[in-house]
Amino acid sequence: MNKNKEKLLAKRYSSEKRFQFLGKSAIFMALLFLAFFIFKIFSTGYTAFQKTWLIVPVNFDVETMYLDANPSKEDLEDADYFEISLQSMFNLDKNANEKQQNELKKMVSYFFEREIKQELINDPSLLGKTKEIYLTASDDLDQVFKGNYPRDLPEKQRRVTDYQLKIFDQLVEQGKVESKFNLSFFTYPDSREAELAGIASSFMGSIFSILVCLAIAFPVAVLAAIYLEEFAPKNRFTDFIEVNINNLAAVPSIVFGLLGLGILLAVFQLPRSTPLVGGITLSLMTLPTIIIACRASLKAVPPSIREAALAMGASRMQTTMHHTVPLSMPGTLSGTIIGLAQALGETAPLILIGMVAFVNTIPGSPMDPAASLPVQIYIWAESAERGFVEKVSACIMVLLGFLIIMNLFAQIIRHKFEKKWS
Amino acid sequence: MKKNGVNMIKISAKNVDVFYGKKQALFNINLDIEENQVTALIGPSGCGKSTFLRCLNRMNDVIDICKVQGEIVINDFNINDKGCDVVRLREKIGMVFQKPNPFPKTLYENISYGPSIHGMAQSKQEMDEIVEISLKKAALWEEVKDRLHEPGTGLSGGQQQRLCIARAISVQPEVILMDEPCSALDPIATAQIEELIDELKKEHTIIIVTHSMAQAARVSQRTGFFHLGELIEHGLTDKIFKNPDNTKTQDYITGRFG
Repeated sequence: MNKNKEKLLAKRYSSEKRFQFLGKSAIFMALLFLAFFIFKIFSTGYTAFQKTWLIVPVNFDVETMYLDANPSKEDLEDADYFEISLQSMFNLDKNANEKQQNELKKMVSYFFEREIKQELINDPSLLGKTKEIYLTASDDLDQVFKGNYPRDLPEKQRRVTDYQLKIFDQLVEQGKVESKFNLSFFTYPDSREAELAGIASSFMGSIFSILVCLAIAFPVAVLAAIYLEEFAPKNRFTDFIEVNINNLAAVPSIVFGLLGLGILLAVFQLPRSTPLVGGITLSLMTLPTIIIACRASLKAVPPSIREAALAMGASRMQTTMHHTVPLSMPGTLSGTIIGLAQALGETAPLILIGMVAFVNTIPGSPMDPAASLPVQIYIWAESAERGFVEKVSACIMVLLGFLIIMNLFAQIIRHKFEKKWS
Repeated sequence: MKKNGVNMIKISAKNVDVFYGKKQALFNINLDIEENQVTALIGPSGCGKSTFLRCLNRMNDVIDICKVQGEIVINDFNINDKGCDVVRLREKIGMVFQKPNPFPKTLYENISYGPSIHGMAQSKQEMDEIVEISLKKAALWEEVKDRLHEPGTGLSGGQQQRLCIARAISVQPEVILMDEPCSALDPIATAQIEELIDELKKEHTIIIVTHSMAQAARVSQRTGFFHLGELIEHGLTDKIFKNPDNTKTQDYITGRFG
């Protein structure tokens, strides 16, 4: 009998040990996946925050630009920069034939003419002089400089020609290639050229979408939650509504996209591809999340507080507005932020309402066409150019940073403003 | 206030039945409550004494499935009439709960809440006065006068309960309902509250639900004994405790059940 008991005890201990081991290994696995994911993103993405520049001497020749000796500002704006820009690239190799000249031109971004123009407009005294100017290198050379380019492939399988590599290596030797912080990644809109593509339009698109989403979802959801929790009678009909709100939270997001497409665009004729429509669509998705969070935090307010207020002769409205709602706000707000963070990462519904379009302008209002960060990731991930690979990871990093900040904010609100009651 | 040597009747319950859904919780309660007296309601758990107390300021309205029938007349007015305004009613009939439940706000805001929603103070000065008088009446003023703007939840249990009493009397109610006000308190805090109840009965009519028969005997002038939803016996406290008519009352008081 005693022996049996001891056996049983040993069994109980070993089963607990087994369970703990399984639990620990599950956590270890999860952390491993996360670490691998983050390592992968960062190791591919960090180079996107650097950009390669070629330092090329440019001769601002008055005659080639068809200018007078003392040009006005408008004259500088209207001058012909193409010729001097081309010439400065051709000067990198004076013996280049026509085909090679064409290759020289392609060593920098097609923005090079604008970059040169900007330099002169900023400093008109350069006119007639020669100055070394930073020009954005083409995306392929950018990759070469970052060491991501397979130089040993046969020339036919590369977009960079042997001739371009030769000139580029000469420039590197002369110290005429420099890597600097890639500000344009944050200030430029999307572009077909990887070296010029930035997240400004999708970032602004995301911000506008989230603001529209917040402006619609928050008041509607909070009012709905307060009514359902504090005022609505408990009967079959309200039970039915409650079940359906929970169902709504589980509806796949693409369905909301179809709704936006079918109603907002087709029936109400709202402008396509805009954060306005995106925000409304996302707000439909966020509504149930906020309603559920708000109702949960209203429920968490102890009934004794409501009774205290009612017994003092406060009306139901006063009890709700003076006591219950203020006490539930921390929970509601953190639920809202988490709902918004979810909406921020949503791609599918935005693709359906056209926010996947190629937008190369920065939106100034929710009525302008825009992309959004997750859609930008999707667009870039589809692009064939080598330069976009790192951009995808960098964009993911920005999105993750955004999400982490929002979630942190939600945590802070929850901990800081939550009132303790006895 | 006595008329011809008899205490005035403040509240008169006639044929009160209460249902929770289909289950009947109170059966045909008839009870008169006298002005400026402390009436104790005693009885075993689940006997309906708290339910009856909550009928008197219509707090049972909050519970969806609860239905109250019969008449409860206060100042010649049946509060179960459709025309009764619960906000006005609860201004006249204050309540103190089992667990101290101060608002998670400052002491000052706790007291000033009632007077402010009922528009009882015209100025900040008047409000200050109401707060001070209420706290003094609740015998809490000396302990908290220097920290009126600290949260009410920071007080000890007994202080919190006196704060709740101060909050209840801030709107000068005619009646104060107390639902086991001392059950969460230690003996010293309980003694303070009992002393307070004795003081308060000069200006208010008090009805107290209690589990402690000793407490009922100490603080009340009249006692009602509830059992299984029925009012078995009521009358002067002295008589109920020393010489009850009903054997059930006798059994409960001598501790044979409950």
